[in-house]
Amino acid sequence: MWDLIEKGLEHNGLITAFAFVGVVMWISVVLSKRLTFGRIHGSAIAIVIGLVLAWVGGTITGGQKGLADVALFSGIGLMGGAMLRDFAIVATAFEVQATEARKAGLIGAVALLLGTVLPFIVGASIAWAFGYRDAVSMTTIGAGAVTYIVGPVTGAALGASSDVVALSIATGLIKAILVMVGTPMAARWMGLDNPRSAMVFGGLAGTVSGVTAGLAATDRRLVPYGALTATFHTGLGCLLGPSLLYFIVRALVG
Amino acid sequence: MIIYGVALLAICTLAGVIMGDLLGVLLGVKSNVGGVGIAMILLICARLWMQKRGGMTRDCEMGVGFWGAMYIPVVVAMAAQQNVVTALHGGPVAVLAAIGSVVICGCTIALISRTHKGEPLPDEDPLIPASPVAGGR
Repeated sequence: MWDLIEKGLEHNGLITAFAFVGVVMWISVVLSKRLTFGRIHGSAIAIVIGLVLAWVGGTITGGQKGLADVALFSGIGLMGGAMLRDFAIVATAFEVQATEARKAGLIGAVALLLGTVLPFIVGASIAWAFGYRDAVSMTTIGAGAVTYIVGPVTGAALGASSDVVALSIATGLIKAILVMVGTPMAARWMGLDNPRSAMVFGGLAGTVSGVTAGLAATDRRLVPYGALTATFHTGLGCLLGPSLLYFIVRALVG
Repeated sequence: MIIYGVALLAICTLAGVIMGDLLGVLLGVKSNVGGVGIAMILLICARLWMQKRGGMTRDCEMGVGFWGAMYIPVVVAMAAQQNVVTALHGGPVAVLAAIGSVVICGCTIALISRTHKGEPLPDEDPLIPASPVAGGR
């Protein structure tokens, strides 16, 4: 009997994922209401549950893709993959007021630049403090602190060793998780209640996943503004990491 | 028809992603440069253009709106397939670098938001109660 059910669920992977995520969302909303009295938004709890499930999946299978490595939940990989993620992000732009976006133009660009340079300095400095003193390792770990995509792209371009690349991915991933979970809590302190600050946030906090998830849990209407600047974040990082930033680090440490 | 909205969204997404890849090749980086951002700008422009022409029907809007509303569940699915095990094994370098950059960026965001204050969104949700900053720090 179980074999029959399992086969049915595996053959309809994406549909299983829809049902599964729906249940996770429902549990999160209930937890948000009962346990936190609405202080932490249901979406944030759902994302944390997702990350915990990713850890469980990764521990069980020893794979790289969290819960998606479990055959029964392979549809999660499709539902949360780059294709549907980008499709859904773009759709959120439909609610953007063009006039608001124009207002944040210059400040958004400044935030974007700061959001690449500041984390890079922090990441490279901490790498130096822990004994990674060569320019390639420092640049790769610093780039990882920008986003978990910029890290490996930079590492591959510069020929960094695989453990340094893994470390840079880990840095970016932990940063994304911190942004996801921490944003709703720090939202008021950061003044995250208007499109302009959301765009500044998107540029500075980086990682599309962290920014959009964090904003979604704060106020869904802010997502497109944050995503608008955040989507340029990875591109800018991939552009500056293996070039300008690497040259600066090399000039500093020799 | 709802499919018009979904198709509009799909065309904008594809055009943006292709232009982002093209930009990456032109700049010589192995990455998609702002593809999703370009797609969003295209969609905003398409909507403005269609509204002026009167071609935007309610059904068409629903086709896009559905995917916008599916965003959070998609992010949950995305979180569920991250390599969390490796991230936790990364050790103190990864954790410290991540915390350090998040704290510094958070302070910068707070600074910019306070010095360049924007207009809050209208019709506030009830989720923002007017209480002192206690939780922030």
